[in-house]
Amino acid sequence: MDPELLRDDDPDIALLTVLRDDGSADPATDPGMSSETLLRGYREMRRLRLLDARMILLQRQGRVGFYGAAHGQEAVPIATGLAVRPDDWVFPALREQSVMLVRGFPLTTFIAQVFGNAGDVLKGRQMPSHQSGRAVHQVSWSSCIGPQLPHAVGAAWAMRAKKTGAVAVAFSGDGATSQGDFHAAMNFAGVWRAPCVIVCQNNHWSISVPTSKQTASRTIAVKARAYGIPGVRVDGNDLLAVYGVLRDALDRARRGAGPTFVEAVTYRMGAHSTSDDPTRYRAQAEVDAWAKKDPLDRLRRHLVHLGLITDASDAALDRELTAEIAAAVDEVEKLPAPERESLLADVYAEPTWNLREQLGELRRAGPAPTHG
Amino acid sequence: MARTLRFREALREAMIEEMDRDERVFLMGEEVGHYQGAYKVSEGMLDRFGDKRVVDTPIAESGFAGIGVGAAMVGLRPIIEFMTWNFSAVAFDQILNNAAKVRQMSGGQFECPIVFRGPNASARQVGSQHSHAMEHFYATVPGLKVVAPAFPADAKGLLKTAIRDDNPVLVMESETLYAVKGDVPDGEHLVELGRAHVVRPGRDVTLVAYSRMTHVALEAATDLEKEGVSAEVVDLRSLRPLDEGTIVASVERTHRLVVVHEGWPYGGVGAEIADRVQRLAFDALDAPILRVTTLDVPMPYSAKLEQACMPQRDRVIDAVRRTLARGTN
Repeated sequence: MDPELLRDDDPDIALLTVLRDDGSADPATDPGMSSETLLRGYREMRRLRLLDARMILLQRQGRVGFYGAAHGQEAVPIATGLAVRPDDWVFPALREQSVMLVRGFPLTTFIAQVFGNAGDVLKGRQMPSHQSGRAVHQVSWSSCIGPQLPHAVGAAWAMRAKKTGAVAVAFSGDGATSQGDFHAAMNFAGVWRAPCVIVCQNNHWSISVPTSKQTASRTIAVKARAYGIPGVRVDGNDLLAVYGVLRDALDRARRGAGPTFVEAVTYRMGAHSTSDDPTRYRAQAEVDAWAKKDPLDRLRRHLVHLGLITDASDAALDRELTAEIAAAVDEVEKLPAPERESLLADVYAEPTWNLREQLGELRRAGPAPTHG
Repeated sequence: MARTLRFREALREAMIEEMDRDERVFLMGEEVGHYQGAYKVSEGMLDRFGDKRVVDTPIAESGFAGIGVGAAMVGLRPIIEFMTWNFSAVAFDQILNNAAKVRQMSGGQFECPIVFRGPNASARQVGSQHSHAMEHFYATVPGLKVVAPAFPADAKGLLKTAIRDDNPVLVMESETLYAVKGDVPDGEHLVELGRAHVVRPGRDVTLVAYSRMTHVALEAATDLEKEGVSAEVVDLRSLRPLDEGTIVASVERTHRLVVVHEGWPYGGVGAEIADRVQRLAFDALDAPILRVTTLDVPMPYSAKLEQACMPQRDRVIDAVRRTLARGTN
């Protein structure tokens, strides 16, 4: 990769960073998070790292169908979960499912969705990494890349109409900024001053396509200017920086000052999903360079610097979280598949005659074949 | 009592009544407010409801279709107007992958009570890209409901029911019907989705049609009467859910069926009806089911060619004669 991209001196919009290499926080940009919030963020990031690794392993063992990990990009979803209000709406893309975990969605139910079994609130209908939970105000993204962005602007518009004070946060990757839906969402958000925050996680790769082949723009953030929206470029591997930017952007939206666009500069350490092999399209040296900027390591250095954690407490946390995930997987994997006839529910608000006809067809076919 | 209203006035009355009744309902689309609607369907509504509920949008069908889906998922009830259904092609993903699927994919956690509406199929000399009969694409999608009224009373009653429905409902109007007048009942007038209507009883052949083609079928039936042929005309009104009971009952009376619709002959609503009738009323049929559709080509601009391309009264009459000639009695 062009080493230029690793430098933080873009002439268009400067990169906002808080965490320094020595583990201290830049007082000029430090959002002043409480120790409790910092520790909570660290715990959630660490759990997500372990969870992703376990889910990938399950997929490799053939126990689940698909997974897209957030490895290297954990700071953005976790900071989001910490910064939003319970009634705010979150519209994730592929790598922000974990926002709902920070907002209190049960880990077991989350994992049940990866299995698509009877414990899954989505009833086995939706791919993993497309989680949604109405109780925690999280809406599933749409596989076509980008459609969730106009949804979020529509939800923001609706929240303003209902005068609830809630706002919407939407996510995309750098690749989605090429889509018409990105343009439409940014344009509508700008014209209507919709109470929303649109976050692009620029992880430098859209499956195998580097950002340089996605856009000729020097930064993603600068695109906001054409829509009359402030664009912020933040160090996406810095939990404190992302939290500070999102907190301010959410406040701005809430007080009626309009939308904000955030480019979070980060890096996808692993594959796009369990369906691709990144060693075939990118250099290891580039991955190694970004490994030195790992968001979890940087936060850990900061917490050690503050005296909030020790090697011993860290090891204990690791054991605790690993056990929590293992127990959740054990509990969930035992559950049966969703009831076969449930697949005809929820197509319409009410059972229509054509679905009753299909139910008859399903029943005539007899019980489902079993494997093996 | 009933009043005589134009089709566009009936649609407007439906929206106004529902917006008066339910503050969650709003209208959004290109030119719906300040310009009073590209076809004046929403005339006066901006003044009545203000720009928070009659919302002009930038030109981006995928954008405002998606905005509507997002607003519906969090509790509003949008009416999204497409200046023409042809332009919904660029919003297809939002309708197919989002509006239609969100309830099912979310395990019933989210619903999408949204109405998409606008003029559909051919107008007059507006070329191939403005003349699509889009209902065939949408009627195949589970999760969507699709209606296509032919008369002002049904336009009002179906639109009101569509707005109250908790599912996405697509209302297919016709530019060439907007000025058509008809009686509309006074007071609350709702028409159930999924119910066809026999608009002309007959004995010898059933003509099934919807939207503007119902009028073409009625013209053909009037002419056929002069030849001593009694044609029954079934106005479908709803394409999904389809009222197969009314169609089958009619075919069991007449023993012959001709389906008339705009749009291409490959697949589509007519093919669906032919499949159902041969399956459900095989013994009642005295002749193969025929379809009269737009020719299997992109719509031309030339007035003469366009007329030749579209289903016309004479082609309906020809199809009826062919189905009668083939019969056994």
